[in-house]
Amino acid sequence: MTWLLDLTPDEWNAVRLSIKVATVAMLASLPPGILIALLLARGQFWGKTLLNGLVHLPLILPPVVTGYLLLLTFGKRGPAGAFLAEHFGIVFSFRWTGAALACGVMGFPLMVRAIRLSIEAVDRKMEAAAGTLGANPYWVFATITLPLILPGLIAGAILSFAKAMGEFGATITFVSNIPNETQTLPSAIYTFTQVPGGDEGALRLTLISIVISMAALVASEVLARRVGRRMDIE
Amino acid sequence: MTVLVDISHRLGDFSLDVRFESAGRLTALFGPSGSGKTTLINMIAGLIRPGKGRIEVDGRVLVDTGAGIFVPKHKRRIGMVFQDARLFPHMSVASNLRYGRWFTPATERYAEMDAVVELLGIGPLLDRRPAKLSGGEKQRVAIGRALLASPRLLLMDEPLASLDEARKAEILPYIERLRDETKIPIVYVSHSVAEVARLASDVVTLAQGNVIASGPTEAVMQRLDLLPAEERGEGGAVLDTKVLRHDEIFGMTVLGSAAGEIRVPRLAMKTGARVRIRIRARDVMIATEKPTGLSALNILPGTIVAINPGEGATVEVGIDCNGATVLARITEQSRQGLKLQLGGKVFAVVKTVSFDRANTGAGLPVEADG
Repeated sequence: MTWLLDLTPDEWNAVRLSIKVATVAMLASLPPGILIALLLARGQFWGKTLLNGLVHLPLILPPVVTGYLLLLTFGKRGPAGAFLAEHFGIVFSFRWTGAALACGVMGFPLMVRAIRLSIEAVDRKMEAAAGTLGANPYWVFATITLPLILPGLIAGAILSFAKAMGEFGATITFVSNIPNETQTLPSAIYTFTQVPGGDEGALRLTLISIVISMAALVASEVLARRVGRRMDIE
Repeated sequence: MTVLVDISHRLGDFSLDVRFESAGRLTALFGPSGSGKTTLINMIAGLIRPGKGRIEVDGRVLVDTGAGIFVPKHKRRIGMVFQDARLFPHMSVASNLRYGRWFTPATERYAEMDAVVELLGIGPLLDRRPAKLSGGEKQRVAIGRALLASPRLLLMDEPLASLDEARKAEILPYIERLRDETKIPIVYVSHSVAEVARLASDVVTLAQGNVIASGPTEAVMQRLDLLPAEERGEGGAVLDTKVLRHDEIFGMTVLGSAAGEIRVPRLAMKTGARVRIRIRARDVMIATEKPTGLSALNILPGTIVAINPGEGATVEVGIDCNGATVLARITEQSRQGLKLQLGGKVFAVVKTVSFDRANTGAGLPVEADG
C-alpha cells in the first residue's frame, strides 16, 4: 500500500492544485449561482428562457467547445480577458485561475439547478410572515430564505466541487496542461497514460481522485443530514 | 385607536367593495368563506395591494391609491397571526418569539418577553422546535411572536380554524386575556358565530365582497338573516352577564343580566366575573303566560319587538327583556297559534342545559363537556 502514498512532487502538486482549483471554482460560483437561481426561480422578466439556456449551455456543449469559447473571451486577446488584465490585473490564460474559471463554468449549471430547486421549494408564506414582523426583503432573505435553502446550497456546492475535480476538456483547451500551474488531476492522469511506463502513476492518481470525490460526497451527506435535523421540517 | 378601510378590489370575477371603520377592542371580520375577509385582512397587513382605496390605522395612512401611498408590510408594524401559524422551522420557539423584536425600534418596544410568555403560558416550550409542538401550542407561539414585535394593531386570520374543538377551547381563553389585558386593538377574521359572539366587541359582517352589517356585537348578532347559511343554527342573542353565585348542590351558576337571572351549568369562574353568553335562537321557546310545571329553569319576561320571517316555515321573534333582546326561532304555525304580535307580553324560556362551552365564556370545566 505504501506505493499509493509514495507520490512524486509533481503528482502531489497536481493533487494540491486540483483541490485548490475546485475549491476556488466552487466558492466563486456560489454568489452568482444563488443570484441566477433566484432570478430563474422567482423572476418574471423578458429573456428568462434565454438566461436559462445560457446557464445550461456548458452542460450540453462539448467541453472542448466551452474551453475554446473561454479562450476566445478570456484569453489574453479576448475582450474580457484583456479588460480584466488591464484594469484589475487578473489574468486567466495559462494560469491556475483560468483552470478555476473553466471548472466553475462547467459546474455552474449543476449548482444553479440544485439551488433553484431548493428556492422553489421554500414556502413563501414564511417570508410573508417575516415581513409582517418587520424584516425588510434583505433581512427576510438572510434570516429565512437562506437558512431554508441551505440543504440545496450544500448539494449545489458539492456538485460543483465534484464537477471541478473531474473537469478535463474545457480546462485543457483553455489553459493547457502545464505542471504546477494548470495540470490538475485529470490532466496529470491523461499525461501519464500518454507516456510508456506511466500506468502506475495513473493508477495512483486515479485512486486519489476516487478518495477525494468520495470524501466530498460523504461530507455533503453528513452536512445535509445535520442541517435537515436542525430544521426538522414536518 | 381606529381602523379605517375603504377599498375596492377586483380579482377575476370576484369584486371586493368594502368600507368600514372600527374603534373596537376586538373587531371581528365575519362572513362565510369566499366573502373576502381574508383578502381584506391581508390588505391591512400589506400582503395584498388593493386595486383602489384607502387604509388607515390610528390616523396613519397605510394605503392611499389616489395619492400613490403604499407602506410596505415590514414598515407597517402590524402583527399578523396566520391560520397556519407559520413558525420558522429552522429556529427554536424562543428565536421565533424574538424575531420581530430585532426589527422594532427600541423606543417603540412595549412588549416584554416575560410578560408575553406568561400571558400565553408558553414558558415550557421555549427550547423546543416548532415541529415538536401541537397545533394549539404553535398557535399560541405565533400569537406571542406577533405580540413581541410590539405591533400597533394585531390581525388574526382564523387562528382557530385548523384546530379541533379541544385545541380551540385551549386557545380561546388566551385570546380573551389578550383582548382584556393588553392595549393592542385586534382585528379578528372568523366564520364562526361562536367565536365572534364570545370574543368580538364589534363585528363587520361580509358577504360576497360587501359589508352587510357592522356595529357592536350585541346588535349585529341580532340579525340572524345575515348569518352564513351553515351557521344560522348557531345564531342568537349575545348577553353580557355577571356571575352572581354558584349553586353547588345542583352544579349550576347563576348569572345576572339585564333580562334577569339566568341559570347555566356550573362555570369555573369567580363570583362577580363578567361572562358573555350566547342564547341560540333555536333554543328559546315562547310562552304567552308564565309557564308552570315546566323543567326549563330560565323564564324571562319581555315584550315582542320584532317578528321577521326566517328560513322556510320559521319566524324569528325578538323579545325585549328589560333592555336586553333575546331572539327566538319558532315555527310560523306556533306564531299564529299563539297570536304573537309586536308589543305582546310574552315569556322567553331557555333550558339550562342548552348552554355549553361554545356559548358561555371561558372556564367551563372540561369534565362538563361530556
